[in-house]
Amino acid sequence: MIYFDNNDTTPLHPDVLEAMLPYFKDRFANPSSLHSLGLDADTAVDEARGSIAEAINADPKELIFTSGATESNNLAILGSAQTRPSRRHLIISAIEHTSVLNVAKRLEKEGYRVTRLPVDGQGYINPDALSNAIDDDTFIVSIVHGNHEIGVIQDLKVLSEIAHEKGAWFHTDAAQSLGKIPFNVTELGIDLASFNAHKLHGPKGIGGLYYGNKTRPKRLMEGAPQEHDMRPGTENVPGIIGFAEAVKIAVRDQAENTVYLKTLISRLAEGLSEIPHTLLNGPPPEERLPGNLNVTMLYIEGEAILMHLSMREICVSSGSACSSKSLTPSSVLTSIGLIHEEAHGAIRFSLSRFNTIDEVETVITKTKEVVELLRSMTAFVPELHSERMGAKSFYRKR
Amino acid sequence: MALKYSQKVIDHFTKPQNVGEIADADAVATEGSPACGDMIKYSLKINPETKVVEDIKFLSFGCASNIATASMMTLLAKGKTIDEIKKMKHRELTESLDGLPAVKMHCSVLAVDALKSALKKWEIEHGFAVEEKEVLDRKNVWKALTDCLNPRTGVSVVHAKLINKLEVEPGEGSVFVEVMLCELDDMFAEALEEEIHEKIEALPGVEKVLVQFKPCIHCVE
Repeated sequence: MIYFDNNDTTPLHPDVLEAMLPYFKDRFANPSSLHSLGLDADTAVDEARGSIAEAINADPKELIFTSGATESNNLAILGSAQTRPSRRHLIISAIEHTSVLNVAKRLEKEGYRVTRLPVDGQGYINPDALSNAIDDDTFIVSIVHGNHEIGVIQDLKVLSEIAHEKGAWFHTDAAQSLGKIPFNVTELGIDLASFNAHKLHGPKGIGGLYYGNKTRPKRLMEGAPQEHDMRPGTENVPGIIGFAEAVKIAVRDQAENTVYLKTLISRLAEGLSEIPHTLLNGPPPEERLPGNLNVTMLYIEGEAILMHLSMREICVSSGSACSSKSLTPSSVLTSIGLIHEEAHGAIRFSLSRFNTIDEVETVITKTKEVVELLRSMTAFVPELHSERMGAKSFYRKR
Repeated sequence: MALKYSQKVIDHFTKPQNVGEIADADAVATEGSPACGDMIKYSLKINPETKVVEDIKFLSFGCASNIATASMMTLLAKGKTIDEIKKMKHRELTESLDGLPAVKMHCSVLAVDALKSALKKWEIEHGFAVEEKEVLDRKNVWKALTDCLNPRTGVSVVHAKLINKLEVEPGEGSVFVEVMLCELDDMFAEALEEEIHEKIEALPGVEKVLVQFKPCIHCVE
């Protein structure tokens, strides 16, 4: 099986599993217990918190553990709205994760103003658009760091400065970027940041939220005062240990992984660009999150491509409407200007350090085979259906 | 939630039957739209004496179930008379594939409708039917809505009694539809709105379609 769906989730790193195992067995105690076993678990959680905080240049007092980035995004935005009730405006981008998009929808229903910043043809936000949208009523600006579908990386430093000029807090969903590219809360001017473990070879069901000491959201759940009294419930100790180990390994090997994945992705992009009528979605490979590639194979549909690849033991994902739960094409792809016909043929290949160049070669060969097969039976006649659908170059303009 | 297709759907998707185009076809029809990512083209040989479909082929632009439903449709249609096919319901096609996920049920509607429209064209051309001048009226809009399925249940918005209000102004070419949508179906609102637009706009003389959603009565309290 070739697994090219690492922006969705990743396999556990063997060392992460090793680090976690004792906390399922002998070191199982509740960190809130006062006995020695409890103290042992509490110390382990403290160390894990310290180690992740250090990796992002934060104080351990400013980091809590959650169930993942979805919960962190909810807590960051909904909780900040409660901390700052006098401000009633929220700014996000058009290419946020569903959890941010839907939190914005909820606040909108409650009477908040929401601005969704547009992106250009490669997925970049124009800082001027933020300057124009922001005002004294904006309580938070929430912009994804590395996008999960097209791998575009935003310049958070510039954007956070604009947010701060108007006294807005700056939140980022860093679920895809943590451990893959440098992430330093001080350098980037971040007030709040959401993380998870399972995108970087850690376990599922564990993530974190960074918040500054002056930008503390109100808790959303009531219970005992765990996690700095912001997130009640007995800590997921094995998950926390696994998360910290995954971050440690990712940061330690970051430079090496980046170089390695660059080689794999540039070969994959080169191979796929040989397929006629194929377009790259998002920025050029060297500007993207390491390991991410997204292409549209025109005149055929993504779910059919995905299913054929799956039968050939290759796992990828698609931005097509037919493969989405809501039957609508990926809003990230339509936001960068793809028409529906183009979004339907979009396939995301996302690689990790555990993939190999041989796998890349196999995927290129098999993708060519599948595209040829499906195109041989397509009812799509480009000249008839859209004037936009002609031969185009692989790379997209900004 | 991964989509669970029946083995029959998988078989027809991987080894579709009767793929291609008949060069000297007696009837041809393309239905669906590339924007919806769901399109089928049939070409047929029909015996004018017996009105039997003697040969049929299809092309597809769509997902696995689009390909599988079209493939199965060609098997069901071959050897049948036009009148037999006209009586077919999309449920029969779905059943012959051992079912489809609710969210994919609309594929079988398209597979059946596209074939029926190819047959209708042929009947008109051969004098077996007169071209009914389709008009914009309540009845036809209602018929078009019958083909719009709620993706969560796979049941038509008409049969599920989700249409709360329907106003048709043939003179102005305007149609207003109010659909009751349960909170559970919020995520499908965009797809459903698009489908209703597509189906109604296919009627002649339609200038403006307005679709509005209203929280369903069971969810309000």
